[in-house]
Amino acid sequence: MGRPVAIIGVGQTRHGRRFDVSYPELVKEAVDALFDTTGIGPDDVDGVVSGTMPSMMEGVALTHFYFADVLRSVGKPIMKTETCGSTGASLAITGYYWVASGMADLVLVVGSEKMNEGDSQATMTTVLEPFYQRYFIAGAPGIFSMQSQEWSVRFGIPEDKIRAAATRLTIDHHSDAFDNPYAHIKKKLTEEEVNNARIITYPVRLWDVCPNSDGACAVLFASEDKVKQMGRKPAWIRGVGYSGEEYWFGDSDKVVWQSAIQASREAYRMAGVTNPIEDLDVAEVYNPFTFQELLFYECFGFCDFGKACDETLKGTFARDGKLPCDPSGGTLCTNPIGATGLIRVSEAALQVTGQAGDHQIPGAKLAFAHAMGGVDQYNAVLILGSEL
Amino acid sequence: MSKDYNTLRHIVRLPHSYAAGPVWTRFYEGLKEEKIYGTRCDKCSKIYVPARPFCPGCHENLDDWVEVSQEGEVVSWAYSRESEFFGMQMKPPFIIALIRLDDTDSNLLHFVGGKALDRLEIKKGQRVKAVWNEEKKGHMMDIKYFEPID
Repeated sequence: MGRPVAIIGVGQTRHGRRFDVSYPELVKEAVDALFDTTGIGPDDVDGVVSGTMPSMMEGVALTHFYFADVLRSVGKPIMKTETCGSTGASLAITGYYWVASGMADLVLVVGSEKMNEGDSQATMTTVLEPFYQRYFIAGAPGIFSMQSQEWSVRFGIPEDKIRAAATRLTIDHHSDAFDNPYAHIKKKLTEEEVNNARIITYPVRLWDVCPNSDGACAVLFASEDKVKQMGRKPAWIRGVGYSGEEYWFGDSDKVVWQSAIQASREAYRMAGVTNPIEDLDVAEVYNPFTFQELLFYECFGFCDFGKACDETLKGTFARDGKLPCDPSGGTLCTNPIGATGLIRVSEAALQVTGQAGDHQIPGAKLAFAHAMGGVDQYNAVLILGSEL
Repeated sequence: MSKDYNTLRHIVRLPHSYAAGPVWTRFYEGLKEEKIYGTRCDKCSKIYVPARPFCPGCHENLDDWVEVSQEGEVVSWAYSRESEFFGMQMKPPFIIALIRLDDTDSNLLHFVGGKALDRLEIKKGQRVKAVWNEEKKGHMMDIKYFEPID
């Protein structure tokens, strides 16, 4: 199992269109915010993990060396992790392992992306081999639309019910984002506006899709000794699960989705979660698309398969519901890809330490954080708790 | 705060020569002759299209080549209206689909075109058949798209 590990500090940039700073300056903003708010200095840090989307997005390879100075990593061990959309969750797991192994006591983990500088959809096609699949990738919306079509047919969910649930989710998230000072898109949407928005990839409409955000997130992972020494309120890593699946796109069942199911079940087993809807207080589900968020609820056991729309329409996953999901507004409102998964983990840490501010879920003690990556053949889940 | 700063335009271009190996090479040669080949696993009897060097389930080497049907059924699909990006092979609007060719055991990713684009009434189970490009280059786009058949 390794040693206990806790998050003892998080820092985020303002997310959005950030042409006011160069990429290293953006990363510096997150790192400085973390050191400023915690009072912990770079001298205390044993090692640094940095990550982005696949390097073709940045147009600069080995960005952890590019960012070495702003990461304050000179003279320290440094490594890079990248798994596309799930990079931030993989970064968190890398930091977790480093401390859990006993090889380090305090690790700085930083995820970042300048979505507006590169072409994320073109970058995603490079995750696919050039012999066959790359020709057909219509960007992320195409992949996820196929998935939601299959889901609706498999469980016989009427199209208008899915639309109604997706509309509810996007209205709630964009409204919740007003309470998150770091969120990118904040908007009071109406049903009419959402339902009549232009189609991106049928049936996905404009407000079903996340934005392109520039942003960075920095997190400190600490050993139990370091938690005591630093006197910071810890968010303990209680469970970690992640899983990949077949490479070839047509081989995997993307509805009863093995990697999403397995990642959550492994994290639940480690954290002692037996009934997620009862045991968890809040969840930060990676939701770049409303339709996919609904499917994730089912894969994670928040409800039965085919029931996410009904539960969403009942308010089960709303801010005041039984299991509030993405009170930060989630990926749907803010998506700097290399940072996004780490933002989910940060939000979970803020929630269980009572530091989430205006979007705090009262009394949250156990939180779920998730991200999906590759093209869509990888999922990772972390469970964070206020108690060890 | 509203001052605009400069941006630097830069394009990275890198050439690659990917070795196709014996399986892709033979599969592509089939496409040039308007034939679609799969490979069959001796152990589980599954037929994979495009042909593969080994069975992902059994890890048996596959050398039993079979010409498969050019007709099949749509398993899932997406109509892309405006998701356009740098270097995209096909410009929207288009339909991508997972297609199960008759008597095969894997889903083939390809475009659905022709009258399907006008009607947009595709459902799971829609029958389709391959439409070939006249000029063959020995790669996946020798099949122009799959077209609905009634």
